[in-house]
Amino acid sequence: MIMAKPKPIQEIINVIKGFDKVLLAGCNGCVAVCEAGGLKEVEILASALRMYFANQNQTIQIDEVSLTRQCDKEYLAEIKEMVPNYGAILSIACGAGVQFMAEMYSEKPVFPGVNTNFIGVTLEKGVWSERCAACGECILASTGGICPVARCSKRMLNGPCGGSSNGKCEVSKETDCGWHLIYERLKTLGQLQRFSVPNDPKDWTTSRDGGPRKIIKEVSQA
Amino acid sequence: MPCTGRVAIIHLMKALEKGADGVFVAGCLEGDCHYQAGNLRARKRVAYVQELLKSIGMEPERVAMYNLSAGQGPRFAEICREMTERVRQLGPNPTRKNGERKEKAA
Ligand code: SF4
Ligand code: SF4
Repeated sequence: MIMAKPKPIQEIINVIKGFDKVLLAGCNGCVAVCEAGGLKEVEILASALRMYFANQNQTIQIDEVSLTRQCDKEYLAEIKEMVPNYGAILSIACGAGVQFMAEMYSEKPVFPGVNTNFIGVTLEKGVWSERCAACGECILASTGGICPVARCSKRMLNGPCGGSSNGKCEVSKETDCGWHLIYERLKTLGQLQRFSVPNDPKDWTTSRDGGPRKIIKEVSQA
Repeated sequence: MPCTGRVAIIHLMKALEKGADGVFVAGCLEGDCHYQAGNLRARKRVAYVQELLKSIGMEPERVAMYNLSAGQGPRFAEICREMTERVRQLGPNPTRKNGERKEKAA
């Protein structure tokens, strides 16, 4: 899922302080899972913002809503009647949700309340970790199911760099060396011969290098 | 509540937003939680709210976590006095003060 982290509250205060009425919109999709932008986080952030402005003697009305998802028009449309009542929308969905909100309600300023970080997994309650960088041409089949694009700090494609030490990456002692993990996994799978056949150079045009991407599945189209 | 593990961040925030001068959570003694870790979770949430209060310019001391058993009546009274004294020194919750002023002005 898409993982995000709340922005510092002062940053949020700075962008909304000039408005009289702000709609704080959460998303019950991915960002609810990583506890950054779901219903609960909407309630807490709205409460903190209301207290802040009350203490500043500033009357800003902050109302709350939480959508099933912000990356689908059907759900965004649910707040069509509400939106005209507000000067601005503060969305705590991922960057995709914030943008889709801004597209649908283009006459309103829409501000992001979280920083969107990565596609990842829940390692344990309260801990989320990056797994995929959406490169558009998955090579997990040749890397023991561990992604070197997302998990090697340098996105090396054919083995570790010289900075790999005791299984850790030179970027940080906290970070596993992606290629160390891949090596160990391939060893377990009895596939170490894979290292004798290098991966072809990766075509990065399927990734961000090819510009903004779009997927069309004709059979699903209306 | 049956266990302080049920105390959510929003409960503490709502109490303050509605004007409470201070909120303390009284959990069982650490290690004595019937549900294993309820009181430890509550402690983390109290600490989280303290940080949140700091970030909006409010005194983190307005929320606190205490641990005591149901049999410690005198200790409970002592904690209440301690918290009351602390809150008295901090003064009224500014959120409420401003709310009152607004009501009077209206
Ligand atoms: S808007 Fe973003 S966070 Fe919400 S469901 Fe869609 S992709 Fe996930
Ligand atoms: S190879 Fe590409 S698509 Fe596959 S997991 Fe890595 S980044 Fe994601």
